[in-house]
Amino acid sequence: MKLITISCPKKHIFYVPLRPQSKNDNPYKVKSMADSLNIQELEQVVVRFSGDSGDGMQLAGNIFSTVSATVGNSISTFPDYPADIRAPQGSLTGVSGFQVHIGAGKVYTPGDQCDVLVAMNAAAFKTQLRYAKPNATIIIDTDSFTQKDLEKAEFKTADYIAEMGVDPDRVIACPLTTMVKDALADSGMDVKSVLKCRNMFALGLVCWLFSRDLDVAFNFLREKFAKKPAIAEANIKVIQAGYDYGHNTHSSAMNVYRIESKTKVPGRYMDITGNKATAYGFIAAAEKAGLQLYLGSYPITPATDVLHELSKHKSLGVKTVQCEDEIAGCSSAVGASFAGALAVTSTSGPGICLKSEAMNLAVIMELPLVVLDVQRGGPATGLPTKSEQTDLLQVLFGRNGESPMPVMAALSPTDCFDAAYDASKMALEHMTPVVLLTDAFIANGSGAFKLPKLEEYPAINPPYVPEELKGTWTPYMRAENGTRYWAVPGREGFTHILGGLEKDNKTGAISTNPENHDLMTRLRAEKVAKIQVPDLEVEGDKDNADLLIVGFGSTYGHLHAAMGELRAAGQKVALAQFRYLNPLPANTADVLKKYKKVVVAEQNMGQLAAYLRMKVDGFVPEQFNQVKGQPFVVEELVNAFKEILKK
Amino acid sequence: MSSYTAQDYKKGQPRWCPGCGDHFFLASLHKALAEIGVAPHNVAVISGIGCSSRLPHYMATYGMNTIHGRAAAIATGAKVTNPDLDVWQVSGDGDGLAIGGNHFIHANRRNIDLNMILLNNRIYGLTKGQYSPTSPRGFVSKSSPYGTVEDPFRPAELCFGARGHFFARAVATDAPGTIEVLKAAHDHKGASVCEILQNCVIFNNGTHDSVYDKEGRKKNAIYVRHGEKLVFGENNEFGLVQEGFGLKVVEIGKDGYTIDDILVHDAHSEDNTLQLKLALMGDGDGFPIALGVIRDVEAPTYNDAVAAQIDEVKAAKKYHNFAELLETNDIWEVKE
Repeated sequence: MKLITISCPKKHIFYVPLRPQSKNDNPYKVKSMADSLNIQELEQVVVRFSGDSGDGMQLAGNIFSTVSATVGNSISTFPDYPADIRAPQGSLTGVSGFQVHIGAGKVYTPGDQCDVLVAMNAAAFKTQLRYAKPNATIIIDTDSFTQKDLEKAEFKTADYIAEMGVDPDRVIACPLTTMVKDALADSGMDVKSVLKCRNMFALGLVCWLFSRDLDVAFNFLREKFAKKPAIAEANIKVIQAGYDYGHNTHSSAMNVYRIESKTKVPGRYMDITGNKATAYGFIAAAEKAGLQLYLGSYPITPATDVLHELSKHKSLGVKTVQCEDEIAGCSSAVGASFAGALAVTSTSGPGICLKSEAMNLAVIMELPLVVLDVQRGGPATGLPTKSEQTDLLQVLFGRNGESPMPVMAALSPTDCFDAAYDASKMALEHMTPVVLLTDAFIANGSGAFKLPKLEEYPAINPPYVPEELKGTWTPYMRAENGTRYWAVPGREGFTHILGGLEKDNKTGAISTNPENHDLMTRLRAEKVAKIQVPDLEVEGDKDNADLLIVGFGSTYGHLHAAMGELRAAGQKVALAQFRYLNPLPANTADVLKKYKKVVVAEQNMGQLAAYLRMKVDGFVPEQFNQVKGQPFVVEELVNAFKEILKK
Repeated sequence: MSSYTAQDYKKGQPRWCPGCGDHFFLASLHKALAEIGVAPHNVAVISGIGCSSRLPHYMATYGMNTIHGRAAAIATGAKVTNPDLDVWQVSGDGDGLAIGGNHFIHANRRNIDLNMILLNNRIYGLTKGQYSPTSPRGFVSKSSPYGTVEDPFRPAELCFGARGHFFARAVATDAPGTIEVLKAAHDHKGASVCEILQNCVIFNNGTHDSVYDKEGRKKNAIYVRHGEKLVFGENNEFGLVQEGFGLKVVEIGKDGYTIDDILVHDAHSEDNTLQLKLALMGDGDGFPIALGVIRDVEAPTYNDAVAAQIDEVKAAKKYHNFAELLETNDIWEVKE
């Protein structure tokens, strides 16, 4: 890290009269302005905004990540919000967080712990401190630490900073609410609206801390509040006030920071959450295949944003039906598929249980269908807003009868786009339901998304029944790769009946013939087994690793970061992350058996490990399992893997 | 004149028990489709599970015999995707009103353009004789050896309660009556429920005896037609009048009642009060069972509204493909 000393420019000083305060009001008074200021260059930094769930922390975090991405920083975000829509104000359960990781080089995770914690009230300070590094800078609004606030947050003493064991020099304690009120004193806004701008003051202060250009934030707000320009300008004024406050006082921060982008991939980008990327992937696939996109769904956290996103795009002809229940969501998608659409159903948690029966109908009727499962904490209602990988065995095996179904898992928020596209292509070309697993972590998290060019994506060619088969065609006639042909209603000469009862392979009539059922079961299994998926890629020390880390889906970033740290510490480590779970990549056994030690790390009690043991003879991995509803912590992974390496 | 005959919609050999009401209904459906004249490849017949749900297998159209209770939901997806398909959703009383009750009411509420056939024999036949949600209180069956202790659904009440706009009833053995309601259901834009009363010769024989043959219908049924007097009896000697808060059966020419006093059926009335009264008659209450189109009211259909909204939004928005959609976001450029 380079340390640069520059003189402090004073052009921003136009406001921020610091209120005179007694020592009792604010024992951690800001330091007086210095004449010079250190600017430190950082490789990466993690900022966590936290406050009441109504405090607008998600918006502040979002703007900060966008502002950072605009200068070419790599970003990864993680919103961490409570299940309650509005828990009692100031309560410990009502705290909402938004963590942003920005880096000069590529960042793979939203970060374990933060370098800067914004705590908008006493409850946030109390609950979020655990997510801060020991030497983190902590920004608090002293106006939200009154006696009453402290009681609500269950503090025992008035010296809350000492009570939490925090070094006061690390705390930027500012009367944030007061300053927001002052900044907007002439705006004519009512108190409630003024207080809604508090998040922007914190944002402004953080922007100052990291030398961010405010213009991007201003533009963001002007677009977001295009129909309410007064609100936009009030927010802008408050951001500027926060920035100036930092600048004028240098707060208690020791330094300000710069994160210079190093691994720039030129191109045009947008910030995208996993759920939005998933929706975009379906839209792209439907357009490429020349089909209508149909979504049958029922609102359920954290999958609902996919329904929201697709419902917006009627100008692209997208049809969304918010059904009466999860069952109808999936059933109607099966009907849509029969009628010739790219049919999708989206769900989470208990919803995937309810859809199982209709998913099986698509299995036996051999119709294309994409089932999106945004995994969350279970069982039953479980932890609706938290993340897990606990549906893997359910989607692989949780249906009656022999029910082979391809399963994929997206690796990151931006990979959700490609994963949704690939799952759609697989479903349409192989006439099968496909499960796409994401989870709350990548669904709500975001990353910088390089705008895709549809023309660079592979064609999607469903196996429509050839016209020359008219007269001889029967419903279970198969193309060379074992796929049933698709005859869409409305086509003359191809009327047929499908159904949930077993059918005769030749005639398509209902059949209970023992040999036929055995044959049909095998044909359905073979069809799925024959689907070509890319080989499992090994990253890191692929030729000489002492430990192979194995995971699937959304843990990719954390496992990759853990591998990076271990390698930086001189260990020989590799990573193989599964994106295709069924069928498994052809080289799976070769990869898993190549290394002396393998650890399967997953956010469940060992589902992938069990599945791989079933599929790869003699494979006995080490396991790292955690089911906390929170993303992995890289440091914990590193420590656990070190132990395994020592064994 | 239609260029199709009933034969064009026929396929296979039905496997229902001899005498089952499903045979009669199937023959009427073939004839009705021929009279309607819709091409078999533009028809989709979608059923759930149960004896009657085997029906699609005997149709030379597109179709699906799906899973228990989900036919209305599956048909919804098909109709929304392709509104040009003539979609017939066929369910029994168990399929449609027990396991599929939720989908039944919501299809009605949404008013999606499905022809919803409810083949009501008041029994579970395929699972060999358990009471259904339309079996009367006290009904003795294998799963209720001492009689049921619950009241049945009355399908019309459920349809009306779900804001249904079309309800008709026919007896399976009455081909002309069945064909008439099927054609009306087809012509009606929106969800059209046709309750078909049918016998189960094995497990619930005689359940609709009072109207199952022509003689019985003369005495115990009233054919309702929009714009016509509500009269019935072998010589149309009886009629319905409104009295107090309800309906009353009167003999024309007696007690001072003349034909002018008899109610004229209004299937198109938005207010469904009297239609519901008609639909609920005949439950051992001294009233005849109403057959024919009881309610038939125009209303916006879900599928039309979906299509119209898409057109509207297409005209209003400037992005119409994926590449244009991307451009609606906040985009930044990273340069070399």
